[in-house]
Amino acid sequence: MKIHEYQAKELLAAAGAAVPRGILATTPAAAQQAFDQLGGGPVVLKAQIHAGGRGKGRFLLQARGPGGEERWSDFGGVKYVRTRDEVAQVAEVMFRYPLVTKQTGPEGQRVSKVLVQEAADIAREIYAAVVVDRALGLPVLMACAEGGVEIEEVAARSPEKILKAALNPDVGLLPCQARRLVYDLDFTPEQAPKAEALLTALCRVFLDKDCSLAEINPLVVTPRGEVLALDAKMTFDDNALFRHPEIEALRDLAEENPAEVRAAKAGLTYISLPGNIGCVVNGAGLAMSTMDIIKYHGGEPANFLDVGGGVTAEGAIEAFRIILADPRVKGVLVNIFGGIAKCDLIAEALVQAGREVGFRVPVVVRLEGTNVERAREILAAARSELPTMQTAVDMADAARKVVAAAAA
Amino acid sequence: MSILVDRNTRVVVQGLGKAGTFHAQQCRDYGTHIVGGVVPGKGGTVKEGFPLFHTVAEAVRKTGANASMVFVPPAAAADAIMEAADAGITLIVAITEGIPVLDMARAMRFLRDRPQSRLIGPNCPGVITPGQCKIGIMPGYIHKPGPVGVVSRSGTLTYEGVHQLTALGLGQSTCVGIGGDPIAGTSFVDVLRMFNDDPQTEAILMMGEIGGTAEEQAADYIRKYVTKPVAAFIAGQTAPPGKRMGHAGAIISGGSGAASEKIAALRAAGIVVADSPAELGATVQRAMRR
Repeated sequence: MKIHEYQAKELLAAAGAAVPRGILATTPAAAQQAFDQLGGGPVVLKAQIHAGGRGKGRFLLQARGPGGEERWSDFGGVKYVRTRDEVAQVAEVMFRYPLVTKQTGPEGQRVSKVLVQEAADIAREIYAAVVVDRALGLPVLMACAEGGVEIEEVAARSPEKILKAALNPDVGLLPCQARRLVYDLDFTPEQAPKAEALLTALCRVFLDKDCSLAEINPLVVTPRGEVLALDAKMTFDDNALFRHPEIEALRDLAEENPAEVRAAKAGLTYISLPGNIGCVVNGAGLAMSTMDIIKYHGGEPANFLDVGGGVTAEGAIEAFRIILADPRVKGVLVNIFGGIAKCDLIAEALVQAGREVGFRVPVVVRLEGTNVERAREILAAARSELPTMQTAVDMADAARKVVAAAAA
Repeated sequence: MSILVDRNTRVVVQGLGKAGTFHAQQCRDYGTHIVGGVVPGKGGTVKEGFPLFHTVAEAVRKTGANASMVFVPPAAAADAIMEAADAGITLIVAITEGIPVLDMARAMRFLRDRPQSRLIGPNCPGVITPGQCKIGIMPGYIHKPGPVGVVSRSGTLTYEGVHQLTALGLGQSTCVGIGGDPIAGTSFVDVLRMFNDDPQTEAILMMGEIGGTAEEQAADYIRKYVTKPVAAFIAGQTAPPGKRMGHAGAIISGGSGAASEKIAALRAAGIVVADSPAELGATVQRAMRR
């Protein structure tokens, strides 16, 4: 689960980290008020969306259409402003038009909250983040003297520039680890204690709140020697949300794909993709492989969908409702390996789903496993009732059939 | 021969709820020696023919159990894994899906001090040596004894691979599901080492997926040490970055974990990689003929 920057900074501040003064605004008028409250000096307006690439993104003022060519704002989701009037002008655009970044998709994301943050002068920028190192099986604090940049690029180009400290999950960042990193990052003796406090707070939040990523980028030093978390990003381990109702409460459903939210409620894992062939599969590995084999045979998957181990009629019905609600979908591939979940019961669930939802596009069904013979009889018997349904003998046959049917 | 489990494995089941009980019965029907179950507070009673114990330590003392199958719900599963290791269980197979990552980080630290215990999983289908012992939730009947060692991060995709092998007349020495979580007790490299040392195993089928770099590490290990033919498949070639594809560990993030990088690393190590998941079995055949 993701949260907004302002929420991440609140969590950091509560753990003792120094963050710039900022006020959240939900209207242009409130943004102006916030500007006044912060003393009328320069501020940065920061559009709060989950997608990355805000700074380089642009607001779509007019989409291409009968009205003419598309028009874009000349600033992105993070804008430095000096005056009260400028605050109103920029906030007006931020609240009114979708923000398109490399991560939002072409339609962009609506902005309903803008963080008005006191502008900080920057002498130095540092990168700091905590992630889980899979090979070590531990959380690791990573820091790099090159802040404000794409850390992936640094990691690929010069991995030795990334300093690391593995964390004992029960203890957090040790004072000696914090000191080593801070002095290796060339903080001055005056700045060092402040930087150590900031890194310690970052690790504390990661461990206390079950993050999967906690990042400060950039962590800045001001000309006066303050050390601040200028921007922050956090994602949380979905498997640990049960013990963090306070984090669950930070969820912003407007930022999440409605079909994905709906699927999660039904116990399904659904992820929307750009293609036109829907997939209904049991098991995550087989679901990914089904997408892959569609592509291999020349098609494009419209989604990832894992119905889980036990395939129920209710689950199948909801899966088809979600997939067929997408007008782009021109065909559906059902690929179920019935192990413990028996194929005959799955076939009955599929027929029931067909009756309830109506298969408006070709549906190719490939079942394998326990009681598959009986399942084929059930599907054959439903043929006249569900004329768009075909069966396939294996994965390759199913993929070829659905790609051909979707192209027809 | 086989790896990890055989006729002599004595299994205690941790967590006899609905799913745990069902699968314990399925394993017993397959021929696995299930010596009992652990349900704190229910020790001394019997459920579906399984004698129950309060703790794993008690079960070990009274039955000589040397393996455990964990079905304990996510919030308490890491503790159950540590309990098994503390009781001296040498093979812990954790089926549970949804364990918090930091709980697993703690459990792994605990296991490092108990090197006699090996954890398989969590979030995995388990381990099976066909015809001898099944600890897990896989459908037993699709397997058949034979020369191919199977290791995978997936569940149903593993069944697909095994089904294709069996249909081609290629049986399996042992099949190991190492699980779909970011932190796993056993890695591809661990299982590859065991298969390489196992006289029954003549070839290996390895099924990986997006996320992390375990496949790259496996490629490196195979190139240096594995003398047997290896066939591989990587799921998620069409997965978008930044999205968790069902498994907690299946995510392309921080510029690593893409299928293309894994496939390139495997091919560079001389491993035959299947282009299509419909050719898992055929790819093993090809690797064995080379």
